[in-house]
Amino acid sequence: MDTAFIIETLVKIVVVLLVFSALAGFGTYFERKVLAFMQRRLGPMHVGPYGLLQIAADGIKLFTKEDIVPSGVVGPIFKIAPVITAATAFMAAAAIPFLPEFTIFGYTVHPIIADVNIGILYILGVMAIGLYGPLLGGMASNNKWSLISAARGAAIFISYEVVTGLALLVPLMIIGSLSLLDFNEYQAANGWMAFAHPMGFISFILFWIAAFAETGRTPFHLVANDHEVIDGFGTEYSGMRWGLFFIGEYANMFFISFVMAIVFLGGFGDGTVMGALGLLLKVAFFFFFFLWTRAAWPDVRPDQLMWLCWKVLMPLAVINVVVTGIVMMF
Amino acid sequence: MSLEQFTDRNVQQHYFKVDIEEYPQTGWDRFKQVVKRGLNGELFVGLWVVMREMIKFDIHTVQYPKEKLPIGPRYRAVHEMQRLFESGTERCIGCGLCEKICISDCIRMDTRIDENSRKEVTEYTINLGRCIFCGYCAEVCPELAIVHGPRYENTSEQREHFILFEDMLTPIDMAIKGEQKEYPGFGAVTPNEDARVKKTPLAY
Repeated sequence: MDTAFIIETLVKIVVVLLVFSALAGFGTYFERKVLAFMQRRLGPMHVGPYGLLQIAADGIKLFTKEDIVPSGVVGPIFKIAPVITAATAFMAAAAIPFLPEFTIFGYTVHPIIADVNIGILYILGVMAIGLYGPLLGGMASNNKWSLISAARGAAIFISYEVVTGLALLVPLMIIGSLSLLDFNEYQAANGWMAFAHPMGFISFILFWIAAFAETGRTPFHLVANDHEVIDGFGTEYSGMRWGLFFIGEYANMFFISFVMAIVFLGGFGDGTVMGALGLLLKVAFFFFFFLWTRAAWPDVRPDQLMWLCWKVLMPLAVINVVVTGIVMMF
Repeated sequence: MSLEQFTDRNVQQHYFKVDIEEYPQTGWDRFKQVVKRGLNGELFVGLWVVMREMIKFDIHTVQYPKEKLPIGPRYRAVHEMQRLFESGTERCIGCGLCEKICISDCIRMDTRIDENSRKEVTEYTINLGRCIFCGYCAEVCPELAIVHGPRYENTSEQREHFILFEDMLTPIDMAIKGEQKEYPGFGAVTPNEDARVKKTPLAY
């Protein structure tokens, strides 16, 4: 392992961390603006031009707020739970190729931190560990509502892991590789997974639905107890610990958008500048869709959500896998 | 609407039943309902509605400290004391009608007979903590002296800040410059009052 590789990897890690922490901040701004426009409001307007510096205000507030650890909580677990959420979200980014490789000052940069040959498996696994953030946070909070919310969030998360995995099986079977770069190459040659195969389209829709549950976004926003007017597992958190939950949630949204765009919608294609822009556009669309549904759709009841997962989506996914297998056999 | 419709106290019962489908009983029915609701595009109607509002960009927000909604001319906010236009003297003649009519007993005035044998107001306070802004004082005032102004932002460090006669009175320099606006609101003379007024038959 030569020094250049280590330095390059460290630089890439720092860049990904900084860019996506900042994007998480901008994500909150976009979310507030988009929701406001869809509800005929203006959103944040007072801090900076058109409220652009709202992120700075929020950041200063989160960093300087008193960090309260309430009495009765399980201290170490309570303190480490937000770190798990944020850390796993960023760890999952290690296997995502954010851009096609490009040459800068005669040095070829691969914008993927670790091209492991089980990339998608690694991403799913690390994202699944992210469940421990809300779960441990809620359980350690010494708050009944947090506990209920954490349990509910865990149940939904684990259920939809099944749908995610089964939906991903179809592209895996068709392509025969677990590396996201191989996904990209296959689709550059054979057309987008979501439109080249009917089974690919079904698994794309299934994965998209499950992505809402994985990130805890609005139609499946059950990790927060909205109807109890408290913030679920995050109720007892304040300051930057709560901020870490927040950054983790938004980073997760970005990363799962990248995964969807690369696995199902062709990624960066042939690797030209247009391909890279296309990937960013697809990711932007998926991120916007997360906000869009939040403005348009109501939350689903927890039992309906489980019903949808186990009785509709999972059988569909299984049938989809079986049909794909039969088609590939002949 | 005619008067008969107002005076008819028999309330018409125009109730209609909301069209609720039968709840699904079996699992198969529930499955069919989910498929129907999931595939008939209602979700996309919702998406389209919010997207349409975003594209139309018909924003209803009033950015309050910078922009203010116009208030009605008959709005009853904090009282103002007017001056006479020509001389700039106070319009209040100390008749005490406002004190008398005030139903929450928040107006207090002291008067005396001055050197010219004219009644003079020595002290006039309105306790805005008690005032219910009913507007009777402005309505009863024969001289249009006490009126309700348009100032509805009553933030102050203490509630005594609004109650003194001197605070409510139009400043004398404004009155001299003719900047005092005749109040069109509650208790004021209506614009076509000359045409509407009937001559008192003196033959009674």
